[in-house]
Amino acid sequence: MSRHTLSVLVENKPGVLARVASLFSRRGFNIESLAVGPTEIAEVSRMTIVVSVDELPLEQVTKQLNKLINVLKIVELDPDMSVQREIMLVKVRADTESRSHILETVQLFRAKVVDVSPEAVTIEATGKTDKLLALLKVLEPFGIKELVKSGMVAVGRGPRSITDRSVRPVERSA
Amino acid sequence: MGEKITGAQSLVLSLEAAEAGTVFGIPGGAILPAYDPLMDSTKVRHILVRHEQGAGHAAEGYAAATGRVGVCMATSGPGATNLVTPLADANMDSVPIVAITGQVPSAAIGTDAFQEADIRGITMPITKHNFLITNADEIPRAIAEAFHLASTGRPGPVLVDISKDALQAETEFAWPTQLDLPGYHPVTRPHAKQVREAARLIMAAKQPVLYVGGGVIRARASAALRTLAELTGIPVVTTLMARGAFPDSHPLHMGMPGMHGSVAAVGALQKSDLLIALGARFDDRVTGKLSSFAPNAAVIHADIDPAEIGKNRQADVPIVGDLAEILPELVIAIQAEQADGKVGEYEAWWSLLSRMRETYPLGYEAPDDGSLSPQYVIERLGIISGPESIYAAGVGQHQMWASQFIKYEHPNTWLNSGGLGTMGYAVPAAMGAKVGRPDATVWAVDGDGCFQMTNQELATCTINDIPIKVALINNGNLGMVRQWQTLFYSERYSNTDLQSFRIPDFVKLAEAYGCYGLRCDSPEQVDVTIEKAMAINDAPVVIDFVVHKDAMVWPMVAAGTSNDDIMVARAMAPDWGSDD
Repeated sequence: MSRHTLSVLVENKPGVLARVASLFSRRGFNIESLAVGPTEIAEVSRMTIVVSVDELPLEQVTKQLNKLINVLKIVELDPDMSVQREIMLVKVRADTESRSHILETVQLFRAKVVDVSPEAVTIEATGKTDKLLALLKVLEPFGIKELVKSGMVAVGRGPRSITDRSVRPVERSA
Repeated sequence: MGEKITGAQSLVLSLEAAEAGTVFGIPGGAILPAYDPLMDSTKVRHILVRHEQGAGHAAEGYAAATGRVGVCMATSGPGATNLVTPLADANMDSVPIVAITGQVPSAAIGTDAFQEADIRGITMPITKHNFLITNADEIPRAIAEAFHLASTGRPGPVLVDISKDALQAETEFAWPTQLDLPGYHPVTRPHAKQVREAARLIMAAKQPVLYVGGGVIRARASAALRTLAELTGIPVVTTLMARGAFPDSHPLHMGMPGMHGSVAAVGALQKSDLLIALGARFDDRVTGKLSSFAPNAAVIHADIDPAEIGKNRQADVPIVGDLAEILPELVIAIQAEQADGKVGEYEAWWSLLSRMRETYPLGYEAPDDGSLSPQYVIERLGIISGPESIYAAGVGQHQMWASQFIKYEHPNTWLNSGGLGTMGYAVPAAMGAKVGRPDATVWAVDGDGCFQMTNQELATCTINDIPIKVALINNGNLGMVRQWQTLFYSERYSNTDLQSFRIPDFVKLAEAYGCYGLRCDSPEQVDVTIEKAMAINDAPVVIDFVVHKDAMVWPMVAAGTSNDDIMVARAMAPDWGSDD
């Protein structure tokens, strides 16, 4: 199985997220991450879905997603031809002794500290999944108290936009 | 601007504009506002059913018999959840129906209000699409879009849930001239290159088969299919959903494939070198064990739904489009090949198939004790009532016999629950079919198990002058389950004996519902009883055919096994012939 990143443009209507999520579960596909938010067009939302599937099931996922009436367009983003980012907030145990070590790590990973208290620091880090995993591995010995991730968002490199011709009328891959 | 009306009046005007014709339903609290203006409509006939499941299957039967959109209506909560089974059924069998449900007032949604159920959430996975409408102004658009979605592309069920306050609110009616469905563009025109490639493969094949599914009926493409078959001389098999898409009397017809298909039809698929799948979806009941299905065949797969192509079996030539457009283009492409001097050479293929067909015709043995054979009853029914009649079946042994032993000549004359396998489909579906096709003779071929799930709609039939006929194949048991217990559970008959030889008395039950009740338990009475039922047109008729309980459906491909292991009778495998 391999990881695939799908950008899914959907109508910004109630219930659309539920339709997409339930489709994945009832067809037996696992979502690794799902992020959803508005786009430059008010009526259109964009979902970034990361799935681990083989090539043929991926084709089936895409076709089934396309059948949802509120789905406008699906594009698979090639990892080499796109920018993929995830944001992570992690609260790490920190006392006077360990704090400087932690701050060093934060700097090494070009992350930043967004909150400090006597017993802990909260770190914000942005990047690809493997970078965030590497940071976590280093932070783990200090004691991770809380962790939250945004899910992957991604956009294709270069001047073209997947929303260019996507709203109305829609081009759909069969 | 238009005059001020209520959302409920707007709903009724919308149903009229969508040419709903007939609505099957039951009122209740949340949908009550809609029923008031519905009473005055001269264009929409409402038929008050006895259970919402009956309304849903009636809408399906209406749609399957006429090709038009069937409509059902229910209130919120339990009314709506009772529609779940027919919606799931329509979703599996691509039946165009629209369900309208009342919802609790929008301010109460999410509060566990009386008779509240999230029917939009519940039906998301079993509808083509659904709507929750809480603004009266959006009612006409939702109804217009629902009818459009239900009837175009791959047909299916659409649910419109409308909150009570939206039905009561003031609005103006405006029927939309343009639909706002930016994500919905079914492909109907096939790719010309793919069609030419298909024609090329067909001419080169030595053992091709037209594997015809229910999509041919939904696409109204039977005539085009016949042209294609006769032009090429390629054998045809029609799946359970496609019975009637191609005449049973036609010499090119090999019968039905699948778990209870004919040896010739199953054999044709298994031995084929080219499957031309038309509106079929490689269902497990047709393919048997998928990895051993038609192992030497290339596949041309034509379907309106791109997601069906490659779902179960990879297609060598995929063709997405409407079969009503694909088939005529395929005919033209093949004529062009033929004009180039290419002719399909299928003589050896036909000699193998003819041998299979002659050696293993569908058949059955009459019971030794003189009791009634269910297959005989169904066979005689088909002969006496004829191919112009409509037959709706329940699910189980009687359904398989009705698909095997009634000879279908026309599309839309065989209605059944194929994908979901919904017991209780027959009576309400027959009712809906009779409403849609009042001049046709409509039979429900039902089992005693199925019949007891939905027979209350006989009251609806009698009261509303819908004279359907019911051939009740009463073997006193859940026959198909019993057959599996015989074959796979050492004849341990756990909970399959319904004792319906004794209880209920189906003749009295029929009479209690104002129907004619007839009973038949010997072969000599079969014809005369059917003829008696044929002569009755002023009320529904129920014939209680008391039949032998040990009759089994053959041939059979046991679930999960290969089609190669088809059995013509218990522990009897066919000899496939030497040509391999």
